[in-house]
Amino acid sequence: MKFAVIVFPGSNCDADCFHVVKEVMGQEADYVWHQDQTFKAQYDCIVLPGGFSYGDYLRTGSIAKFSPIMIEVIKFATQGGLVLGICNGFQILTEAGLLPGALVRNKDLKFVCKDTFLKVENNETPFTLDYTQGQVIQVPVAHGEGAYVCDEATLEKLKANKQIVFRYSTSGGETSPECNFNGSSDNIAGIINEKGNVLGMMPHPERCAETVLGNDLGKHVFTSIVSWLKGGRRNGE
Amino acid sequence: MYKALVYVTLKPSILDPQGTAVKKGLESLGFSDVMDVRVGKYLEVSLEAEDKQEALTQVEEMCKKLLSNPVIEDYCFELVEG
Repeated sequence: MKFAVIVFPGSNCDADCFHVVKEVMGQEADYVWHQDQTFKAQYDCIVLPGGFSYGDYLRTGSIAKFSPIMIEVIKFATQGGLVLGICNGFQILTEAGLLPGALVRNKDLKFVCKDTFLKVENNETPFTLDYTQGQVIQVPVAHGEGAYVCDEATLEKLKANKQIVFRYSTSGGETSPECNFNGSSDNIAGIINEKGNVLGMMPHPERCAETVLGNDLGKHVFTSIVSWLKGGRRNGE
Repeated sequence: MYKALVYVTLKPSILDPQGTAVKKGLESLGFSDVMDVRVGKYLEVSLEAEDKQEALTQVEEMCKKLLSNPVIEDYCFELVEG
């Protein structure tokens, strides 16, 4: 499987994602510069990494969506290709209109960097099929603008279509308001598009994908992608 | 040459923790009558355009495509000549 990790000016989790795909997963990976007009190879999955693309100027992800490569990313996603946006990548996906809603300042205005518990609300996606339904995983977050917001109608649609993939929870899997440290609607930590091929999440699975780091539960986001791709459904074609 | 004075504000339905913090600050200064504070953005965009109508059309498009995010923000602007 071949992954593309898009690098924007200000991306800072690109090397982590690249490392997990290449060294931990043993898959092929390329860095793709945001100014590239086209993909020089055929990819099975595109990763938009975390960071602070364009210094978060104006709004997070708002300038990155106009990077030349984003035209290709949008085309790839529209054709059904797998796109994973982590943290700033999630923010870019909402700004680009590939995912509904938006991400705004954390409710307490603080940049929060800590481990959180996530409940896997839908394990029938290409990004979560190696998790069990309702599994609780510990994954770190590091963001100042991660409060997911959307209008009521969108939230109802997300629920009805099982598009809410991860929610902040207790270690026991209770999605109580106390776990909602950033003020997201309905404890939302990650969502998928209606078609089921574009996932955005604020927590960083690439930062907990190896036992040497004390926790490798994030790895299954990546193993899921590979498992799904091996199921014979090659994307972006 | 025109100058657009663009105001971008959070939609009423979006919580504004910055505004709440500023309100608390004002209260601690003794401004106890402050009912609410909302923090927004102000942008000045200078542009060349054939006439005012063309400038209006351009700025409208800028607001929709980049300067504001319709999911969370509203915008309005004034256009001045020179």
